[in-house]
Amino acid sequence: MNVSAGWGAFRLSASKLGLWLFMAVVTILFSALISAYVVRMGLPDWRALPEPGVLWFNTALLVLSSVALQWSRGQSALHELRGVWVGALLGLLFVLGQFWAWAQLYALGYFVTSNPSSSFFYLITALHGLHLVGGLGAWVWVGVRAKSGSSKDRFLANVALCTTYWHFLLLVWLVLFALMLLT
Amino acid sequence: MAQAASIGGEQHGPQGFWTKYVFSQDHKIIAMQYSSTAILVGVLGMVMSWVIRLQLGFPGQFDFISPSTYYQTITLHGMIMVVYLLTALLLGGFGNYFIPLMIGARDMAFPYLNMLSYWFYFLSVIVLLASFFVPGGPTGAGWTLYPPQSITAGTPGSGMGILVMLTSLVIFIVATTMGGLNYITTVLQLRAKGMTLMRMPLTVWGVFVASIIALLAFPALFVGGVMLLLDRVVGSSFFMPAVVSLGQQLDYKGGSPLLFQHLFWYFGHPEVYIVALPAFGLASDIISCHARKPIFGYRMMVWAIVAIGGISFTVWAHHMFVSGMNPYFGFFFASTTLVIAIPTAIKVYNWVLTLWGGSIRLVTPMLFAIGFVSTFLVGGLTGLFLGNVVVDIPLTDTYFVIAHFHLVMGVSAIMAIFAGIYQWFPKITGRMLSEGLGRLHFWVTFIGVYALFFPMHYLGFLGVPRRYFAYEGVNFIPPSAAGLNVFISVAALVTGAAQLVLLFNLAWSVFKGKKAEDNPWQATTLEWQTPHTPPRHGNWGAELPVVNRWAYDYSVPGAPQDYLPQNYETPAEQPQRAST
Repeated sequence: MNVSAGWGAFRLSASKLGLWLFMAVVTILFSALISAYVVRMGLPDWRALPEPGVLWFNTALLVLSSVALQWSRGQSALHELRGVWVGALLGLLFVLGQFWAWAQLYALGYFVTSNPSSSFFYLITALHGLHLVGGLGAWVWVGVRAKSGSSKDRFLANVALCTTYWHFLLLVWLVLFALMLLT
Repeated sequence: MAQAASIGGEQHGPQGFWTKYVFSQDHKIIAMQYSSTAILVGVLGMVMSWVIRLQLGFPGQFDFISPSTYYQTITLHGMIMVVYLLTALLLGGFGNYFIPLMIGARDMAFPYLNMLSYWFYFLSVIVLLASFFVPGGPTGAGWTLYPPQSITAGTPGSGMGILVMLTSLVIFIVATTMGGLNYITTVLQLRAKGMTLMRMPLTVWGVFVASIIALLAFPALFVGGVMLLLDRVVGSSFFMPAVVSLGQQLDYKGGSPLLFQHLFWYFGHPEVYIVALPAFGLASDIISCHARKPIFGYRMMVWAIVAIGGISFTVWAHHMFVSGMNPYFGFFFASTTLVIAIPTAIKVYNWVLTLWGGSIRLVTPMLFAIGFVSTFLVGGLTGLFLGNVVVDIPLTDTYFVIAHFHLVMGVSAIMAIFAGIYQWFPKITGRMLSEGLGRLHFWVTFIGVYALFFPMHYLGFLGVPRRYFAYEGVNFIPPSAAGLNVFISVAALVTGAAQLVLLFNLAWSVFKGKKAEDNPWQATTLEWQTPHTPPRHGNWGAELPVVNRWAYDYSVPGAPQDYLPQNYETPAEQPQRAST
C-alpha cells in the first residue's frame, strides 16, 4: 500500500500500524479488566463459577474460524472469498454460542448480580463479544469492497489486517477463558 | 480506509458545503470543529466556576444556588474543564491542526477515522449537556465519581445524572481512541523527507507522547465506567459494599470502592500529563521563536517528555493516600511522585535557559508562554509538598490542593493554549489578532489567576475544607477566611470576564484583523512555510516539503537571516542537487 512519500519509522503500512496500536489499546482494556477481576476475587464474598460446558465448543469454533481465515489469507491471491465467509460464519456462530452459554448459566441460576464472579463472566464475555462483532463488521466491509471491485492489493491487505485482528481476539479469548477456568 | 495523504499533487478538496465544512475529512477543519466545540463547552465550565465562587464568596446571597446545585456545578466544572475542554482542545484541536502541518504531511493517516473521532466527541458533549435536562439533574458526585456515593440516593443526580455522565465518558473515550491512533500513526509514518524524529518540533513530541499516554490510560477509565454503570443499572457489586442508605439496607454487598479509585486514578494521573505534555510543547516552540534562540537542550527536552510519559503511570496512588494503603506502597508512590519532578524540573530550567540572553520579543503569545512557565512552576512546587504522605494527609481535603492543581494543570495549560491561539491565529485565519487587546487579556488573566489561587494556599493552611457548600458553624475557621473568600470571588469574576476580551478579539480579528503575512513571527517550523495562508486542502501545493534541519535554527551565525526554516537549504547544501 502506498503510504506516502514520507519517512515511515516502520516498514509497515499506516493501516497495519494503526491496527497494532488498536490491539495494544484492547490489550490494556482487558488487562485493566483482568486486574479488577483478580482484585475483586480476593474479597470474601467471591464464589467460583461453574463454567458452562458450551464454552469449550465455542472455543473450538473460534479456533476453526481463525484457521479458516488464515487459510483464506493464503488463498486470497486468487480472490478466493470462500475462506472469508466460512471464517466469518464460524465467528458469528461463536457469538451465538456465547449467548447460549449465557442461557445455560442463567438456567443454573447465575444472573448478572448473583455473585461478582457471574457479574464478571457476563461483562467479560460481552466486551469480548462486542470486539468480535466489530471484527465481523470489518469482514463484511472487506467482502463488500471486494465485490464492488477494490484493487487486488487493497483486498489482500484488508484480508491480512482482519486475519491479524481475528487471531488477536482468539488469543484474548484463550487468556480470558483460562482465567475463568482457573478461578 | 481512504488515504488522502498518499495522493500527490495539488489537492482538490471537496467542494460541497456539507463535505467541506461539516463532515469534513480535512484535518484543519476537524481541528477547528474540535476547538470551537471545546471552547464553547469550556465557556460553560467557566461560568460554572463563577457560580461556585458566588456561593463561596457570598454564601446565602443567591437563591438559585442550593447545596445540590453547588455539588452538580463543581462536578460538571471539573469534568468539563479536564476532559471536554483541555483534553479535547489540546489533542483534538491543536494536535489535529499541527501534526500534519508540522511534520510536512498532507493530512492524517486515516482522515475518515479522524472525522468519526470528532463526531463521537460531539456526541459525547451532547450527551453531557443532556444531563442538565434529565430528572434529578446532572451528577453531583464530584468529578472523580467515587462510588458508593455517586450512585447512592442522596447524592444529586444519582438516578439519571450519573448514567448520562458515564455514557458520555464512554463515548468520549471512543473518540479519543480514534484520534490517538491517528495522531500516533501519522507522526510515525507520514513525516516529510528529512523529518527525523529528532528534528520534530517539541509541540509534535508533546502531542505524540500525550496520545500514547491517552491510549494506555483511557481504557482503565472505560472499564471502571462500564463496571460502575453495571453497579448502578443492574445492581452488580463490583464496587459497591454493603450499604445502608437513608435507613434502608441496599442489595449491594462485598464490592470494593477502592478498586474504582485505582482504576480511576490509573487513568486520572496520566490524564494530567495528557494535558501537560502538549502544553510543554507549545510553550517550548513559542519561547524559542520569540527569544530568537534555539531551544536549550532539545534532546533533554525530548527525553524528559518521554520519561514523564513513562513515569506518569507509576504515581497514581498519590491521589489515594487518605484512602488508606500499606505504608510501603505510600512510600513507593511518594518516591515516584518526587522522581517525576526531575524531568519536569529539567524542562523548566531549559525554558529559563532558552530565555537567558535571548533577544526577547514580548508579544502576546510570548507573554502567555512565560505566564505558562510561571504558573506551572508555582503549581508544580506545591506538588512536591503534596507528594509526601505526611504533608498530603492534612492538606488533601483543603483549598491547598485546589490551588495546587488549578495552577499546575488548569491555569498553566490554559496559558499555553492562549499562547498557542495568539501564535497560530495568523496562520489559521490569515489575519493578526489585536496586540493591544491581547496584552490587556494577558495582564488581567495573569494577575487575576494569582490573585485567585495564591490566597487559596493560605486558606488550605488554615484548614478550610474543600467541597463544603457553606462554613457556618465551623469553629476552627477564623472569620478572616470569609473576607479572603470575597476577595478570591471578585478576582475570579474579573478574571473570567477578561476572557470575553479574547472572544471579542477572535471574532473581530477574523473579519477585521490586519492581514497576516505567511510567516509573521519569522518562525522555523514547517507550518509557517506553506505556500498559502491559511493552508489549503492538502497543505503543500504540488510538492511536499523536504526537511534539512531541526526546528530551532534561530540566530545561526553567518546565516543570511536570523532564522532558517526547516526546509531551507544553505548554498552549501544546494550544489549537490544542482549537479545531478
